Parts: sequence; structure tokens; C-alpha cells
Amino acid sequence: MNGVWSWDRALQVLPELLDGLVVTVLATVVGMVIAAVLGLLVALAGRAPSRWVTAPLRLVVDFVRMTPLLVQLVFVYLMLPAVPGIVVGCVVLGVHYATYMSEVYRAGIDAVPRGQWEAATALNLPRGRTWRAVILPQAIKNTLPGLGNYAVSMFKETPFLFAISVVEMFTAAQTFGANTFSYIEPLTMVGLLFLLVSYPTSLLVRRMETRLA
Amino acid sequence: MSDDIETLVARLPQLGDAVLVTLQLTVGGALLAMVVALLLGFGSRTRTLWVRGPSRVVVEFFRGTSLVVQFFWLFYVLPAFGFKLESMAVGILALGLNYGAYGAEVVRGSINSVPRGQWEACTALNLGPVHRIRRVIFPQAWALMLPMLANLLIQLLKGSALATYVYLHDVFFWTDQLRTATRDTFFSFTVGLVVYFVIAYVLTWGMNGLEARAKRRLGVVPTRPTLRDVLRVRPADPASPGTAPSGRPATGDDVATAGSQDDEAGARVATGARRGEDS
Repeated sequence: MNGVWSWDRALQVLPELLDGLVVTVLATVVGMVIAAVLGLLVALAGRAPSRWVTAPLRLVVDFVRMTPLLVQLVFVYLMLPAVPGIVVGCVVLGVHYATYMSEVYRAGIDAVPRGQWEAATALNLPRGRTWRAVILPQAIKNTLPGLGNYAVSMFKETPFLFAISVVEMFTAAQTFGANTFSYIEPLTMVGLLFLLVSYPTSLLVRRMETRLA
Repeated sequence: MSDDIETLVARLPQLGDAVLVTLQLTVGGALLAMVVALLLGFGSRTRTLWVRGPSRVVVEFFRGTSLVVQFFWLFYVLPAFGFKLESMAVGILALGLNYGAYGAEVVRGSINSVPRGQWEACTALNLGPVHRIRRVIFPQAWALMLPMLANLLIQLLKGSALATYVYLHDVFFWTDQLRTATRDTFFSFTVGLVVYFVIAYVLTWGMNGLEARAKRRLGVVPTRPTLRDVLRVRPADPASPGTAPSGRPATGDDVATAGSQDDEAGARVATGARRGEDS
């Protein structure tokens, strides 16, 4: 490692990486909010009684879920040249993960015991109230660990935003590398920073899981 | 629009090559990932700390750092240490190691959720350690892990789009070329995404077929799988017959959750199994 790794360069790139980390975290938080809300809407729409609603919805959801995030990002970025990259990034990340989240919500809603539905019927609660006051609070408790896991995994997918020139942590490292012809320190440090943030977070999520279960 | 289609037809031969590159990455990455997953998954379950510790560290390392970072690290940084890899090798290695680490958690979780009675029965029948895993535990765990592995395979396919940035001519690269040729972003990217979608669908069917076969061999499903079982995209409804023997609902792509849910159940199973082994 002697002669290859330079601590000076590592320190020099660190401030830029930390700036990038802020963008990374921002994209994750905004993306996750979009994913959480949209995912719930998709899950609810998926329970519609008519096949004319659910079948196209499933096709769209599967399409988004089974095609690469990278290609989707570039696609939307090129289609909407006026929209800044960070906005495109957050929205595409959010929509992509909403398709994952909808599955988590679906499972969470299915896991609410039948008796709860029957009790709501017995109490003559209106449909909206049943959802708001009985089903969703229980279902969302089931989905919190899933939400946390996807937040961690979305955090690790934000580097894909390099393709649409959003200067998050990875892009910052790559730019630094391209300017100084040394990728070793910036790229290694980015990896370590990811580990530094994502590993404790995933431990937290795991704890939350055991506490809620 | 008709110009677009003409250009598309003219470029179909290149599409064949592009799909081949994407498939090479996906299948190569998946095979490597499976080997890594089995090694690390079993490694994480051993009682010796010297095997378990490093396995856990490697798994958490590759799960914790991002795929993109690993990909470009292998491409840009490794040569500085004297290992120059071909682009294809970089792609397969990065995908294999990253998803292998995820797969290791699936393997570990599934083996842990094989009911402890099975381990005890093995002890009662005096089966040796290799025999026990190969004939009793692994076939059951395999049926459990296949739905989650299918999800990982799709993730891996999606990750392979990164290969464009290490100068491989994969489907994403072809899509971008089509865009330059037609100057129609919407058309070219829709085609490109549909190609990925079709590949993903075909891979899912293959995995569904494998899953149905694994279950049939276990005797969980008495009859041959219906066409519907093979063609479905999502995990089957837990209430319906022919799902995983544990009856635990499999939640979509949620490998991480499933893995850690298994941890708890698994911890119980593992202690039970250990008691069985010791006696």
C-alpha cells in the first residue's frame, strides 16, 4: 500500500465527500417520503374491486420494479431537460421504491387479523373510518421495519445519481478522481463512508424489528 | 415514428449482441453470487469463531458499501494495486460479490428456518454432517430460499446496467446508441426498458420453474405445477397450497426483512439443533 495510498489526498477530498454525503442523505430522505406515500396509495389502489384498475396497475408496477433504476433515471433526465437532476433523482428513486414499498404495505395490510375487519363491520364503522382508525394504524406498524430496510437500501442506491450528474458523494469522488488522476483515495473513502452510515442504520432497523415484533 | 422503427429494425442484430452481454453479466454474476452466498451463508452458521467472524465481516462489508462504489472501485482502483481486470470480469466480480453477500443472508436465514424437528430427526437417524445437509436440510432450505433468490436475480440484472460505464456494450449501451440514431429519447428508452422487462420476466419464469421443481421434490405440492404458478411474477399467496412449508408469508423483494425475521426463528431453531447435536 506504501506509495499508492496518500493520506494527504484522502484528507483533501474529505470535505467534498462530506458535502456529497449531505446530498446523498437528502435524496434518500426525500425519495423515501415519496416512496412511503406513493407506495401506500399503490397498495390501496391494488385492492380496488375492479380488474380494470388492478391489472394495468400491476403491469405498471411490475414494469417499474423489474427494469433498471439506472436506465429509468437517465430516461427521465433526458426527457425533462428543464428539471434539475436532483429533483429527477429524488422522484425516480421515490417512484422506483414505491413499487417495492407497495408490496410491503400489501403484506402489512393482509397481516391485519380478519377479526379487526369483522369488528369494524359489527361496530358499523364507515369504510373510510375503518381504514383510518382500525386497519392502517396496525398495518403501518407491521411495515415500519420494511420501510427502514428500504431506506438503507435506497441510501446505497443513491450513487446511481452520478449518471444524471447530481453531485452526491460518489459523483464528488469521481470528479475528484478525474481531476487528479487518482481514484484510489476518493473511491475507497466513499465506500467506507457508506459503510459507516449504512451499517449502524441497518443495526438500528434490526433492533426496531425485534422491538416491534 | 416509422423512421424510428426502421432504425430499430436495422439495429436488431446489435441488440442480440447487447442482450448476450447483459445475460453474460447476469448469469456469470449469479453463478459467482451463488458460490459466494453458499460459502458465506454456511460460514456464518459455523460454531468456530475463526470462520464465522470473517464470514460476517465480508457479508456486512459488501452489503454495507454500495454496488456502484464496488463496481468502480474494482475498475479504477484495483489496477493501481497491480490487478488489471477486463471490463467483463469487473462486472461479474462486482455483481457476484455484492449479491453474493445478500444471498448469504438468504441462505443463512433459510437454513435457520428449516424446522428443528428435521435436525433432531437427522440426529435420531444418525446421519453424518454432510449427509444431513445434503439430503435433508438443504433441499428444504432451497425451496424456501428460491423466491428470495429470484428477487435477487432481478436486482442483479438491474445492476448489470452499470456495465455501460465500464465500456461494455450491454442493453443500456444499445439503448443509448439507438437514442443517438433516432434522436427520439422516449422511443429508444421505452424499447430499452421493455427489453430489460422481457429479460427479467423470462428469468422470473425460470426461477418459478425451479421453485416448483424444488417443492415437488419435497412432496409439498402433490401435482405438477400449473402454468399459472410458473408464469406468476410475485410470490404466491401464503394462504394457497403449495407455498413455502413454513407458511411464513414471503414479502416481495423484501429480502432483508425476510432474512432478519428468519434470524429470530432461526436462532431458536439453531439452539434446538445444537442441543440435538450435542446429545
